[in-house]
Parts: sequence; C-alpha cells; structure tokens
Amino acid sequence: MTVLTVPTADAVPVGLSRRTRILRRLRRNPLAVVSFVVLALAAVAALLSPWLAPYAVEQTDFARTFAPPGTPGHLLGTDDLGRDVLSRIMLGARASLQVAILAVATSLVIGVPLGLAAGYFRAWDAVISRFTDLLLAFPFLIMAVGLAAIRGASLTNAAVAVGIAQIPGVIRVVRSDTLRLKSLDFVAAAVVDGASDLWVLARHILPNATSVILVQATVAIPAAILGEAVLSFLGLGIQPPDPSLGTMLATAQQFAARAPWAAVLPGVVIMGLALAFNVFGDALRDALDPKGDRR
Amino acid sequence: MARYLITRAWQSALTLLLSTVVVFFGVRALPGDPALALAGEDRSPEALEAIRHHYGLDQPLPLQFAQYVGRMAQGDFGESIRTGIPVSSMLTTALPVTAELAVLAILIAAALGVGAGVLAAVRRGHPAEWLANGLALIGLSVPHFWLGLLAILYLSVATGLFPASGFVPLLDDPVDNLHHLILPAVILGTGLAAIIMRQTRSAMLDSLSSDYVRTAKAKGLRPRAVITRHALRNSLIVVVTIVGLQLGGLISGAVVTEQIFGLPGFGKMTIDAVFQRDYPVIQAVVLLTATAYILINFLVDLLYSVIDPRIRVTGDPA
Amino acid sequence: MTTTGQLGDPPAPGAPALELRDLSVTFRTEGGIVSAVDRVSLDLAPGEIVGMVGESGCGKSVTAMSIAGLLPESARISGSIRLQGTELVGARDSVLRRVRGKEIAYIFQEPMSSLNPVLTVGRQITEVLQVHERMSRRAARARAVELLTLVGIPSPATRVDNYPHQLSGGMRQRVMIAMAVACGPKVLVADEPTTALDVTVQAGILQVLRDLRDRLGTSILIITHDLGVIADVADRVVVMYAGRVVERAQVTDLFAHPHHRYTAGLLSASPTPGVHAGTQRLQEIPGLVPVLSTQPDACTFADRCPAADARCRDAAPPLDAVAAATDHLAACWHPCPIPRTQPEEASA
Repeated sequence: MTVLTVPTADAVPVGLSRRTRILRRLRRNPLAVVSFVVLALAAVAALLSPWLAPYAVEQTDFARTFAPPGTPGHLLGTDDLGRDVLSRIMLGARASLQVAILAVATSLVIGVPLGLAAGYFRAWDAVISRFTDLLLAFPFLIMAVGLAAIRGASLTNAAVAVGIAQIPGVIRVVRSDTLRLKSLDFVAAAVVDGASDLWVLARHILPNATSVILVQATVAIPAAILGEAVLSFLGLGIQPPDPSLGTMLATAQQFAARAPWAAVLPGVVIMGLALAFNVFGDALRDALDPKGDRR
Repeated sequence: MARYLITRAWQSALTLLLSTVVVFFGVRALPGDPALALAGEDRSPEALEAIRHHYGLDQPLPLQFAQYVGRMAQGDFGESIRTGIPVSSMLTTALPVTAELAVLAILIAAALGVGAGVLAAVRRGHPAEWLANGLALIGLSVPHFWLGLLAILYLSVATGLFPASGFVPLLDDPVDNLHHLILPAVILGTGLAAIIMRQTRSAMLDSLSSDYVRTAKAKGLRPRAVITRHALRNSLIVVVTIVGLQLGGLISGAVVTEQIFGLPGFGKMTIDAVFQRDYPVIQAVVLLTATAYILINFLVDLLYSVIDPRIRVTGDPA
Repeated sequence: MTTTGQLGDPPAPGAPALELRDLSVTFRTEGGIVSAVDRVSLDLAPGEIVGMVGESGCGKSVTAMSIAGLLPESARISGSIRLQGTELVGARDSVLRRVRGKEIAYIFQEPMSSLNPVLTVGRQITEVLQVHERMSRRAARARAVELLTLVGIPSPATRVDNYPHQLSGGMRQRVMIAMAVACGPKVLVADEPTTALDVTVQAGILQVLRDLRDRLGTSILIITHDLGVIADVADRVVVMYAGRVVERAQVTDLFAHPHHRYTAGLLSASPTPGVHAGTQRLQEIPGLVPVLSTQPDACTFADRCPAADARCRDAAPPLDAVAAATDHLAACWHPCPIPRTQPEEASA
C-alpha cells in the first residue's frame, strides 16, 4: 500500500512565527482547549496519584466489599476485596498513561530513523518496506500473546507489544514526509552545497518533519491506552494486584451480577483519556494543516 | 498489471517466509528446553527424546527450519499439550467462528462507516456532520471490550434481547447463529466503522471539491449520481485500503470480543492457550494470523486493481 | 450610477442564444461579502464565438460558472441570465439540471483532473446521453464513438473504452469537448480550454471548436487570458477588469482601436490578429488588481491607469458606445485618443 505524497509549499524552516500561528489556531479552537485542559488535569492527577489517592491501592476492607458509589468514605465505592475504587482508578489511569508513553516512545525511537532512512535513501526503502510488512503481519494482540509466552505477561510486555505494533505507522508518515521534504528547494540547495546526508537529515528534514511526528504521536497515544486496557483485561498486561483499568474491568465482568456499576467507571475513564487525546490530535492536525479548512 | 501482481506476489511470499522465520526462532526463544515446553505433562526422558526426534530438534538449525516449514505447509501444527487434540483440528472448528464474526463486523463497519462518512461530507456544516464526526471520535476512543461488557449487562442480561454468550453453527440454525453473532459483530465493528467513516469523509471531501465532480455537475447529473458514481467511486479505493490495513486491529479485536461473548473461536483458543502455556497452539495461532494477514492483503491489492483502472495499466498504485 | 439599460445590442440574426443582464456575483467569506462580478451584461448570438479576456481574478471564470449555476453555495447571484428566453437566475435545481449538459455545456481548463479517473471516457460520454436523451446504453455508446470521431480522435472505437490516463492531454480535451457537445447544446462555455496544453495542441483544439460552431451552430463563450486565442477564434471580445466589463467590441475593432486604457495595456505587447495563437502572453500592467470586496465608486482601473484623474476616482464610467451607431462599447472617461495602425483582417 503506497502512500500518496503531495508536495506543498508550506515547509518553511521551523520558525517562531509558524509556531505562534499554530498555537493561536489551537487557542481559538474550543475543542482543543477543552481536551488540553482535560489532559493536563489527567496528567497532574496521574503524576500525583500516589499522594492524592484517598487510600492505598492494595488496602483491603473485607467488611465493606462491593460498596456502591456514594458510600461515605468511598466516593466511587469498593471492589470485591473492599479496595477503594477511586484510588484504584487514579493509579490505573497513571499506569495507562505510563504504558502509552512508553509504547509511543518505543515506536518513535525505532520508527523515526527507519522512516527517515526509507524516505531518504532509495536503496533502504525496499528493505524497510519488507520490515514494515513483517511487523504488520503480527497484530498487536498476537504479538502480545507471543511475547507473553516467551517472557511472561507484564506492564513492559504490554508496552513493548503496543509499541512494536505502532512502528509501521510511524515509519509510514515519516517516510512520506521525508519524500516530500527531500523534493523541496531548500533541501536540494543544502545537498548542492555539499552537506552530508546525515547533516541534511538531522538539520533540514527531521526538524520539518516534527509536526507530522507530533500528530502521529498524539493519535498513537489513545490507541496505546486502548491497547494496554485490552491486554490487561485479558491478563496479558499489568498483573494483579497492581492497579489497571483493564484488570478492573476484568474483575467487574466476573462480579457483574453483584456490582454492575463497577463495569462502568473504569471504562469511562479509559474512553475519556482516549477521547481527549483524539480530539486534541485532530485539533493539532488542523492547526498544522496549511490549508487550514479541514476539521 | 501483470508486473504489478507479480511484484506483489513476490513481496507477499517474502514476508510470509520472514514471518515463518520469526515464529520459528520465537519458538526457540521460549523459556527452557523447547522439548520440555512441547512435552506438557509427560516429561520422561524417553518422551522428551521422542519429541526432540519428532520435531527434529536434534538436527542442525537450517534442516530443522526446512522440516518445520514442510510440516506447517502440510497443516501439521502438532498437538495441544493440554488435550492432545491435533492443533489443526482445533483450528478447523475455531476458524469458521472467527471468520464469520470478522466478515460480519467488516460488513457492518463498512455500511456504517461509508454511510456516515458520505453523509458527513455531503452535509457539511449541518448537524448531521457534527453527529457523525462526534460518533466517529467516540468510536475511535471507546474500548470496545468495555462496550461489549456493557452490551451484555444492559442488553443481554437485563432485557434478554440477545444471548450473552454461546454460539450456534451457521449450518445448524442460520437464524440462531446470527442472533448469537450480531451483537459481538456490532461491537467488533465499531472501531473499524469509526476509522472507515473518517477516511471516507476525508476522501469524499477531496472528491467533492475535485474538477471531475464539477464536470459531472456541469453535465446535469442528479446529485445522487454525482455522489455515488463520481465522488464515492473514487473514495472507495481508500476504504478498501483501510480494511486491508486495519485487518490486524480486527484480528486483535476479534480475540477480545470472542473472550467476552464466550464464542468458541480462534481468539478464545488463543487466550486459553496462553494461560495454559499450550505452546504448539500459540505457535500455530501466531503463524496462521501472519499468513492470513499477508494473504488477505494480497487479495486486497488484487481488488484494488479491479477498482482503480490506473493500477491495471501503470502497475503502480496511484 | 451606471446605466446599462440602453446598451445597444449587437445586430444578431434572431434572438440571442444567451443573454446576461446586470449579472452580479458576491461570495460570503470569513472576511465578509466579496464582490466577484459586478453588473456584467453580454449577449451571445446563435453560432457566435465570444471571447472573454482578463487577468486571473477578474471574475471571468465566476461569470462562466454562474451561467449554469455551478458556483458554490456561498455565492449570491443577482441580475438576469436568460437562455433563449428562460430565466436561469433563481431557477430551481431541476430546471438547471435539465439545462446543464443539454443546453449549456462546459469545457474546463485541466482535462486530466476534469475527467473522472476511474470511469472510461465512453462511460463519461454516455452518461450525459442517458440522462438528457434517455438513450439506451447501446445507442449511447454508438453515439459516443461518433462524437469521438467528430472531435478528431483517431480509432474512436477502441478509445471509447480507454481511461483518461491512457490518453494524451490534447486527446483528453477532445474527449471533454465530445462530452460537452454530446446533446447538441445551444451554448458552449469553454473556460481556459487550451491553457494547460502545448501550443501545437492548442491550435487543434481551437480548430475543433470552430468546426463545431460551423457544423452545429453552437454559440461559444471562450474564457481566456490569452489574447492570441481570442484573435484566433472569437468574433467578439469582452474585456473584464476587477469584476466589470470595461470594453466590448468586434475582435477586429478591438485589436485595431482599443478604447479603454486597460485594453490598450493588454494589447501593447500582444500578437496582432492573424498571428498564430498562444505565441505570446499578456504583458504585465504595473500595479495590482484591486481587492474586489472594496469596490470603490470609481473606475476600478484608476490606480493603475496612466490617464487617471480626479473624475476617474469619483465616478465609475458607464459602458457606452464609443461612437454613434457602433457596437463598440467602453467604460472609460479618458479613452485612448489615437487609433492604432489598422491591422490586417483577422483570419478565422
């Protein structure tokens, strides 16, 4: 599957004016502002959750299991072991973000250099394409299954599986942007001036490809959050008793008849996080789009 | 056209070979002695020796690989450590369930996604566009296994409209079969529908502002003909690509969906195998998924060349 | 201000095929209402080829698109567009659809992007016939082959099954023309039909247009910024500037004796009539085309005009006959005084 690249004339070297313009566009988009605020609050809550959480995550209270939301002392109720749901959701969200950032960082560290190489050096393109095809042939869950068989299930396992699965997407966008930038005059001028390939890639192409990498990362994070939730739900990711939104839902499934509310909240939090990232990602892409007329 | 297909066939074959190599070494990376891993309960030295011989573990690596490929090509994936049932016969019962679920989910996702995408593009600025865009964003962000849980809780258990779990083979009772599969298929299709919707919308906006759509309008065609024959036909190329690219996500999703709805498919078999450390099954599942992915994407490329005449001639996807 | 009511219509045999009266087009944009076309009037006699010329952004393409209601929803049209007496401004969509492709057909600038890449050229021609003539598939196909022959495409029976990308640029434009004339339209609007083509191919396309006029009696409005094209095919010329018609005349009169200063500027470096089309482009006139949203109550060309004075900035000059009993009109307070040397007859 080939990606169509359309050369546009927007690739001015990264400068302050462009950044200000993009920030202004973001500020004027109410959806961008709202999603950014949600994400900022979530990040703060996640970072500080060990101190903010009202209870220790593993503190059980067998006298009060399955307390419904609104129970005094337990705002969101308790689970099957009498643990505080609010505390577990806060730390679970923290774990989700951890895995997501770890996964996306992994995919960028591997994917960006490969994408640059594939777009810049003709000879590498075919080899890297085969590598991409190979990665795509193992869906992330199957990859996680294989990794879990080899190394056992863990948070790292989830992050690695999700991260590897996101490498092809990174390679694809970086490659096509590199192809586009390579054809522009200022890059050609640098080449004519005798700049080395590495210099051109590092000084001219990578800085101008930042915006597409940024957008790709913003849309990859919600996918990674969902991926972690799925893996933990299936028992292939974060292992109990460590808190995770996915495992909370797995527990809720077992006790759905007794405590149906427990199946709602962790899901809402996962969706909220993913939605905020997706909305912000859309807004960011629009703000970066030189045409600026797409929503 | 022929050159394009030969290139694609060659590339697919290469990817298939590489993925076999990956799985082959993956099996060797399993913790401990692969013979021990493959042996299951019976760990007597004689049994281990027999396994080593059967799997050719006492042979040099390249020969092992050749034998391995030969066995896989014949559909010999070994036997389940837990049950002793040949993996191939487990697959014969599990795969149709998953295939049916996946096909249903794709159909639902394509219908919803293309419909909503066209609507959002044609009704730009109307409430319909906002609704379609909002639903697509939610569809992208919702964990669909959670949606499945909620559906079971509030649709199956509470109202009894749909069975909460279980499966009836298509040939036994088609109506009951659909009754069992429709809810899982809808749940599985939501994410794909959202992706298809967004791509369709964006492709439709491009086509609708294109010169050839202006020409079609200038010819006096009805809006419906302009949209379907001219704009949508070009946008569908994108949709076909998306389905191909999202196949991996669909397989992952199918595993979870089957787990939630207790469908006796390939996904449930996979998860059970992981927890039982049933390595022959895991190996078969991983290899088979990769093969299916590669083959189906090759078929998608074939389909591509049917839809887009430019490929047929130039031999290059436009 | 400007009175256009008593404009002398050109003496044409019978009623005009198309009449534009005080046609104005505005667009709603984020920056407010922008005027693109301002009180344009024009007649197109049966079998006549009228050229409309001006710089890009002067409103000539908007005028062309407005005729069959092809402007985007943000456009507001006022004035009158009559096709053989039928009013098209404000007409219902169903009326416009019957007109489009059947009575008024279009040819666009980019034949590659204007043809649908995933449909055969035959299919793109037959769909017009099926919509307007209710022809069967088979009959439409036979007619499509005839039409391809008519526009000079070699081996039309095989070409009919080709996709646009299998044809050359000139061939594609011939296909566009075949599609446009499929239902024998009264009016053909050609928006920059040769701009995207090689010079040698241009001449062929213009020849096809002339043939069609001669054989089918189609009236053609040809929009271009290329005076060479005008000199080559047009009977009459309309010069547009900043959304207004500034001069209108027979081709020979205009080239011989431009009255408006803008026209004179256009002609100063352009080929004389009879010289082969497209060898030269318009010479640049110093200054910028004024922003159309701020249409002053003045001559729009005043800021770039060498002869402009206070009067030009106070009142817009009306489009009036330059002399009694002539169809040569110009909107200028200070028309060019000295006639240029008489050129040879325009060859058509």
